[in-house]
Amino acid sequence: MTDTNDTRSRIPLGLAQRGYIGVIQHLSAGDAGSALSDIELESRLIELGFVEGARVEVLHEGLVGRDPIAVRVDNITIAIRRREAMAIIVA
Amino acid sequence: MEAPLLHLALVGTPNSGKTSLFNALTGSRQKVANYPGVTVERKEGFFVTPLGRQVSVVDLPGTYSLRGRSPDEEITRDFVLGKASGETVPDLVLCVADSTNLRLTIRLLLELKRTGRPMILVLNMFDIASRRGITVDVERLAKELGVPVVTSIAVRKSGTADLLALTDEISAKLAAEPRENSWRALSVAELRATQREADRIIADCVSLPARPDTWTARIDAVVLHPVGGLIVLAAILFVMFQAVFAWAQPLMDLLNNGFDALGEFVHATLPAGLLQSFLQNGVISGVGSVIVFLPQIIIIFLFILLLEDFGYMARAAFLMDRIMGGAGLHGRAFIPLLSSFACAIPGIMATRVIDNKRDRLTTILIAPLMTCSARIPVYTLIISAFIPARDVWGFINLQGLVMFGLYAAGITSALLVSFLIKFFMLRDYAPAPFMLELPDYKMPRLKSIAIGVYTRAKMFLHRAGTTIFSMMVLIWFLASFPQPPAGATEPAIDFSLAAIIGKALEPLLAPVGFNWQIAVALIPGMAAREVAVAALGTVYAIEGGKEAAEQIGQVLATKWSLATAMSMLAWYIFAPQCASTLAVIRRETGSWTWMAVTFFYMLVLAYAASLLTYNVAVALGAG
Repeated sequence: MTDTNDTRSRIPLGLAQRGYIGVIQHLSAGDAGSALSDIELESRLIELGFVEGARVEVLHEGLVGRDPIAVRVDNITIAIRRREAMAIIVA
Repeated sequence: MEAPLLHLALVGTPNSGKTSLFNALTGSRQKVANYPGVTVERKEGFFVTPLGRQVSVVDLPGTYSLRGRSPDEEITRDFVLGKASGETVPDLVLCVADSTNLRLTIRLLLELKRTGRPMILVLNMFDIASRRGITVDVERLAKELGVPVVTSIAVRKSGTADLLALTDEISAKLAAEPRENSWRALSVAELRATQREADRIIADCVSLPARPDTWTARIDAVVLHPVGGLIVLAAILFVMFQAVFAWAQPLMDLLNNGFDALGEFVHATLPAGLLQSFLQNGVISGVGSVIVFLPQIIIIFLFILLLEDFGYMARAAFLMDRIMGGAGLHGRAFIPLLSSFACAIPGIMATRVIDNKRDRLTTILIAPLMTCSARIPVYTLIISAFIPARDVWGFINLQGLVMFGLYAAGITSALLVSFLIKFFMLRDYAPAPFMLELPDYKMPRLKSIAIGVYTRAKMFLHRAGTTIFSMMVLIWFLASFPQPPAGATEPAIDFSLAAIIGKALEPLLAPVGFNWQIAVALIPGMAAREVAVAALGTVYAIEGGKEAAEQIGQVLATKWSLATAMSMLAWYIFAPQCASTLAVIRRETGSWTWMAVTFFYMLVLAYAASLLTYNVAVALGAG
């Protein structure tokens, strides 16, 4: 896939700060270290709307370790732990 | 000619407004039961279409796909595929979508289409979407999807008229032609392709203004604030418990007086004898002492349903996730544990929202330690009899303080047990993911809430009328037979089976300061905790006559030492005194082992806590 957003570096969503706005570049379930298998994690992320090209915005963070995060994915809000959000590469 | 019953099934993602549509269609004509073999709630309702067709509709558990990751989602999949045992294949599937959020539902619908079942897409909450400036080309959407599409507003009276008309139209021409089921579990690539397809269709048929729900954003700015959010959560919980204890009181007094008056009436009308004793001591005081809790049950469910409908429950899970994670619990465990303050049974059933097996098991094991409403009568009775109602430090009521201490002891021990389970039993455990949709806030709809509360109250009364009633009859029987021999001077109960059983158990319970009357009361207390109060009442009533039954608190104050009372309180924090809870654990975990584990760990904790409390109290001179 071509990256239309060359000026920004790609980071995992799991490292994004509150207020971050970006676009999903790809999913990389192997990088997340989640308890789920790669296939299961990727399936669940897709089912919640985390697909390539979706616009994401980090709206809120939890108190302990700024975790979990509340992410606006297009027009819905999903709560997710940073550990799983590491699988979502954004720019 | 009468047309056969038409079977509909409601399928949709969580938060699609499926349940409010279900309530709007069926009103109170609902049957709540369980699917055979699993404790997934099966909600079926009935209605009649404008053309007079009788319809049965089943509200299936919410799901994002047909993969079946949890028992709930498996039910939805099997039901739609016609594989659920003992269920009719639905004639027509209603796929319910939140009109403000079509992406996930359209993808689910594309997957559902492969099952070959006749289907309608219901664009629910269409009014909210219109208000936000979302426009949907319904005709084009129907053409692109190859499925009839209808809009609905479940919360408005005539909001389902189009849906009903379309149901009539389609059901009239439902052909008996065989349907091809080409569904199989999707691979990741197929899943992605379906989502792309869904996004393409939405781009063609729906215009979305870049105007998110500002109310939700504004409320979340406070409610999801890392610190402010926790303060709001604490305040909500405080109001909730205040309501359960304070608001319910007048109603409970009213019910109490009602049952007392009824008992008096029976006492005065019937000649003294077995029948009078049975009705007054067995039936009325026994069942009455349980029904008195109806106001509290209603209030706690009212709060839980309101918060859920409003959209707050998911936020509470978000706020508590990491905090509970410290004790080895999942954020989603918050809702089941909160429900367990009303009753561990709905709490344990609510653990179905946790899809990781181990997280779910931990939550199930500790849920009975939350102070359920059935413990309240036991606590209140003992506290009011033994703890003086004076203020400490000028403003805190001592009785209230003890009550708070009992709640705190329950919560603390639950967290401790969870921590120990995580540490010793599930060592190789990696935290399960927490992924949850935070729905836009919605004004809860009164009728839908009322139906929900009504269903719960009915279940509670049903239990009071069956399990608890039969237990009260049993305890009355045990306490009344055999009858004392003629000329006996001791109280009649000393000759009864209850006394024999109680005295046999006494040596076991003597070290914790329990007398045989308590031992007798604990046995029916297994049916339901609160029954112990009634059983104590029955035992002392038959022992001491009518006055004793009315003044059970005062009787206890003269018959028990303070140490015994404290020991009884400690016992009730932990004791596995509820057969229904154990039965639910057996069903939910599918294993006798986990039920036994729960029973024994709680029993050991209860005995140890009582032993410690009793001996410390005696040593301090309260014996």
